[in-house]
Amino acid sequence: MEILVCARRVPDTSENEIELNSAGNDIERDDLVYSINEWDNYAVEEALQIVARVGGNVTVVTVGGEDDEEILRREMAMGANHGVLISDDAFRGSDGRGLATILAVFVRKGPYDLILTGVQAEDGGAQVGGMLAALLDYPFASLVNSVEVLDGKLKVSREIAGGNKEINEIDLPCVLSIQTGINEPRYVGMRGIRQVASIPIPTPSASDLGIDPATVGQAAAKVKRVDYFVPALGKGAEMLQGSREENIDKLLELVAAKGGLK
Amino acid sequence: MARIFAYIVHKVGVADDSATELVAAAKKIDPAASPTAIVTGCGADLDAVCSTLRSSYSEVWKIAHETLAYPNAELIRKALVKVLPQGSILLVAHEHFGIDLAPGLSIKLNSTFVSDVLVIEGVDGVTLRVVRQEFGGQVSTHVRCDISSGAVITVRPGAFKPLESAPASGSVVDKSSEIGVLVARRRYLETVVAEAGDVDITKHSVLVSIGRGIQEKDNVAIAQELADALGAAVSCSRPVVDAKWLEKSRQVGTSGKTVKPKVYLACGISGAFQHLAGIKGNPFIVAINKNPKAPIFQVADVGIVDDLLEFLPEFTNKVREMRTVSAK
Ligand SMILES: Cc1cc2nc3c(=O)[nH]c(=O)nc-3n(C[C@H](O)[C@H](O)[C@H](O)COP(=O)(O)OP(=O)(O)OC[C@H]3O[C@@H](n4cnc5c(N)ncnc54)[C@H](O)[C@@H]3O)c2cc1C
Repeated sequence: MEILVCARRVPDTSENEIELNSAGNDIERDDLVYSINEWDNYAVEEALQIVARVGGNVTVVTVGGEDDEEILRREMAMGANHGVLISDDAFRGSDGRGLATILAVFVRKGPYDLILTGVQAEDGGAQVGGMLAALLDYPFASLVNSVEVLDGKLKVSREIAGGNKEINEIDLPCVLSIQTGINEPRYVGMRGIRQVASIPIPTPSASDLGIDPATVGQAAAKVKRVDYFVPALGKGAEMLQGSREENIDKLLELVAAKGGLK
Repeated sequence: MARIFAYIVHKVGVADDSATELVAAAKKIDPAASPTAIVTGCGADLDAVCSTLRSSYSEVWKIAHETLAYPNAELIRKALVKVLPQGSILLVAHEHFGIDLAPGLSIKLNSTFVSDVLVIEGVDGVTLRVVRQEFGGQVSTHVRCDISSGAVITVRPGAFKPLESAPASGSVVDKSSEIGVLVARRRYLETVVAEAGDVDITKHSVLVSIGRGIQEKDNVAIAQELADALGAAVSCSRPVVDAKWLEKSRQVGTSGKTVKPKVYLACGISGAFQHLAGIKGNPFIVAINKNPKAPIFQVADVGIVDDLLEFLPEFTNKVREMRTVSAK
């Protein structure tokens, strides 16, 4: 099975406090710790596990700039066979549809049977996988939390409300968006990353892929972010500002009053 | 202004809460709009949903077909592409079905997709102005969307308060004959219901709930000790389950359990909407988080900025101390 995983490098929200820059038009990006989007890492692990069972290759692709290469190397250190960095100034400012358009062109030029994306990235859009499938006219399943390979098709489970699972059969080729918790992604050490440091990573541009710049990037985007802001708090919590001892005493009092001690 | 539709999710003959929320969202796009509900399914369940929807929508489009008995997003997408007029605006709730349907539908309709909308500010010409969140709710953004060729919009559940205005008495229009033959390349097989766990967190009135801030499996004991001292149970957010530190049955949220405790101690939980959606019954929420800007502080009653790995053990000691004193 030839598997393509679409991945993205994002600021790691578990490592950073996200703050606004002074102009308010972006988040403060200096000193941010970046990593692979959490969902995408599960997708790469899933691809590796599928290939371990049925054979094949895993390619990880991202649309971005040279800074984004580090996540490709990281996923190659996990075991992905190839990394591809699709890069062109014309792609800057693409909305979800723009990204899906670029990826769809790339998929059509390759041998891929199965395309995986993460459910969502830092913008919570949860859109690129579904759009990509529709552009390719492939079947799609979102929120996938298990994959079994059958003959010419897959048996996949989707996560629905309340922790229940919806089991589906889906024909290949198809696109799946992968949910966190589907597997336990393997650990990657610095040593592993050094070992793949010299493997060349192709960087196809818009013209290499034959993408009309007018269909992607800022100009084609129909959805545009104007700014970032932190909404004024509603009522908000009463913040306990004392020393730790004082806070503990106060909290105990409050919790007891609310029936928290049984 | 384009015609506005709302796709209504339903289960066993009951429309989802989003049914009335989507009316409110439609009115934000166009105060003069009278949105049309679309429902798919079959049999008596579908008829029951149609008749309830008549009280909030002036028109209800019913698409009945045996193959639509289970809501398969691929089939429903094909049906919607057949019935929706060009340039329509379609609203659907941002949950597991909407996420499955909406992005691909927008491509097939050649319209603009806007995801997980919290606030609709209005429309200027062909520009829709909305507010979304990024980074798990840590920051919001104003977004401008070109809806000149229509739009598919997923709406955050609970973000729009249902209107109190006089109920409609809508008509049901049967559109079933317009959809033709639908063939899916993804076929629904069955639903597997979540396993019950060792502890039923839905039955507890006090929950010590831990998130990614607990940092490692061994630290779960810190929360368990506090829970034991309080007479509470330990629940958690999703990353704790993903990492296999606790069973799935302990997870609070849209893809976990809905809990209704009296007191909820959120420890190292940032406050993502999928988590908060699982906390019902207006409990007293305490947030302990080392990040003073964590969104959880917006919904908590009491907040403490501290390192939970240090705070919780000291709090546990204090609870135990108090117990011994009062036992004497
Ligand atoms: C379709 C879908 C369904 C989902 N369903 C659910 C669901 O049912 N339930 C759910 O919970 N999530 C769900 N999620 C995930 C959700 O979006 C969030 O990613 C998740 O809730 C975040 O969990 P968290 O708050 O524990 O982690 P994070 O967002 O990483 O927050 C960790 C917090 O811990 C704090 N912290 C770190 N270290 C310490 C310390 N030492 N002391 C004090 N504080 C500390 C940090 O400041 C941060 O605020 C779902 C997501 C999707 C896409």
